[in-house]
Amino acid sequence: MTNVLGRFDFDVIAKWIRPGEKVLDLGCGDGSLLRYLKDEKGVLGYGVDNDPDNVLACIRNGVNVIQIDLEAGLSGIEDGFFDHVVMSLSLQTVRHTERLLAEMLRVGREAVVSFPNFGQRSHREAIAEGRMPVSKSLPYQWYNSPNVRFFTMADFEALCAERGIVLRERLGFDGEATVTEDLNLNASIAVYRLGKAG
Amino acid sequence: MNTLTNSVGAVEPQRAHFDTPLTLAGGGVLPAFDLVYETYGELNASRSNAVLVCHALSGNHHVAGRYADDPKSVGWWDNLVGPGKPLDTRRFFVVGVNNLGGCYGSTGPVTINPASGKPWGADFPVVVVEDWVAAQARLADRLGIESWAAVIGGSLGGMQAMQWALEYPERIRHALVIASAPKLTAQNIAFNEVARQAILSDPDFHGGHYYEHGVVPVRGLRLARMIGHITYLSDDQMAEKFGRKLRQGDLQFSYDVDFEIESYLRYQGDKFAGYFDANTYLIATKALDYFDPARDYGGNLAAALARARADFLVVSFSTDWRFAPERSREIVYGLVHNGLDVSYAEIECSAGHDSFLLDDPHYHAVMRAYFEGIKT
Repeated sequence: MTNVLGRFDFDVIAKWIRPGEKVLDLGCGDGSLLRYLKDEKGVLGYGVDNDPDNVLACIRNGVNVIQIDLEAGLSGIEDGFFDHVVMSLSLQTVRHTERLLAEMLRVGREAVVSFPNFGQRSHREAIAEGRMPVSKSLPYQWYNSPNVRFFTMADFEALCAERGIVLRERLGFDGEATVTEDLNLNASIAVYRLGKAG
Repeated sequence: MNTLTNSVGAVEPQRAHFDTPLTLAGGGVLPAFDLVYETYGELNASRSNAVLVCHALSGNHHVAGRYADDPKSVGWWDNLVGPGKPLDTRRFFVVGVNNLGGCYGSTGPVTINPASGKPWGADFPVVVVEDWVAAQARLADRLGIESWAAVIGGSLGGMQAMQWALEYPERIRHALVIASAPKLTAQNIAFNEVARQAILSDPDFHGGHYYEHGVVPVRGLRLARMIGHITYLSDDQMAEKFGRKLRQGDLQFSYDVDFEIESYLRYQGDKFAGYFDANTYLIATKALDYFDPARDYGGNLAAALARARADFLVVSFSTDWRFAPERSREIVYGLVHNGLDVSYAEIECSAGHDSFLLDDPHYHAVMRAYFEGIKT
């Protein structure tokens, strides 16, 4: 899934990561992001994925990968071990969203998450016309989608506020273009940098 | 896969004698010892392509290929090791060694104790993983291998790969720890104890000096192997392979074999008792029980692993309940917390602990990919 946005997504995430950091990439796919962060920033990175093909792809890519089920949490990892915990375009595929967000901020100093924004205009229009949205950022039909959670940027921010998760930075994209006005209406992809309160 | 394709072909074991005394973890000293080993492939000019394959409980040095006089004598990990196989002998120089205390030619209970002129028997010291690895290091010296490109092993063999990374961090660049554990659980030790008691209580055991009596504790060894076998397979696989199939079509109302599983266990037990040494079995189960690198660190595995410098591949199998995936994950997190490079694959395979010896395509793809990434 990491690959959907290609290098453009990587650049955004890479900007928030300092050289030599410890990075955990949840739902790391074939390990492209970690490969990129390793090459560009010299990070110590670990990917997490439960798909055997992705695990194999990461090993071929020369990237550390740990095959575990994210739904089971990250209980084996110490508090605060990672500088950044990244989850690129996978948050919507996890059932225990709330617990996972808490886990990300337990094992990491900051979390970086990106997800398709269900609130984007074309998605709203599809619903208004009586159909579930299918778009570049939501390329699946309702019956074959790996997504199990459907939420907008506004929904996500409400959850963060409720759980004391601090929004340190927020970016919205439509295709590769940066969105500056009314992100929840115009952005098809949301990228957040999150921290703990206090 | 046909195990005879891409074979290293006919192989011959070699013997190395060591005169410098070896101080053992248990406190004793072996004044001298022999190790029997095999090699496959060629050591390159920079001696950077050597891979050590460590055997498990009942394994030996014959990892791959066949002996010229016996076409059935295929090495125990022949599906992994050979030209074009995941551990490719066209690239790597592979070494298999029979551990100290073994019964395949290396110094052990069945070999002659120079002090008495008789087989060591029960007088052979309890040697453990640390001792095996120390002896293997002597062999590496002898072969001119300063640093292994990789040390690999399954089960008890995986413990040796871990021990290499801890004891000789500068001499191992990659450790492949397959279907293993950072220490045994109480349940796992319990199975070993039942196996030991089967041997120790056999009237033919004679306190371990059965060689002098011209007998072998066959009944004990059979039972030990039977209980072992049960734990190496999964419930699912046993159900699939044997179910409640009857040997003779109907119940016998006797204590002879009714079910196919009984026949299978008896066959495996008999076969094993025909070639394996009871004292070696006792030693190897103790080596399993004692392995616990975190013991000196208050049980903190990450602290124990802090000495390691190698990159790791850790692999477990979904239906392995004797060396469960959870145990492998403990190793993985211990390595992560030391900032070491590690990948972990949990292979979906129905064959329980024995899965690590099979050639499941995904498992072997993972192994191949990892070895391909090792620089020589």
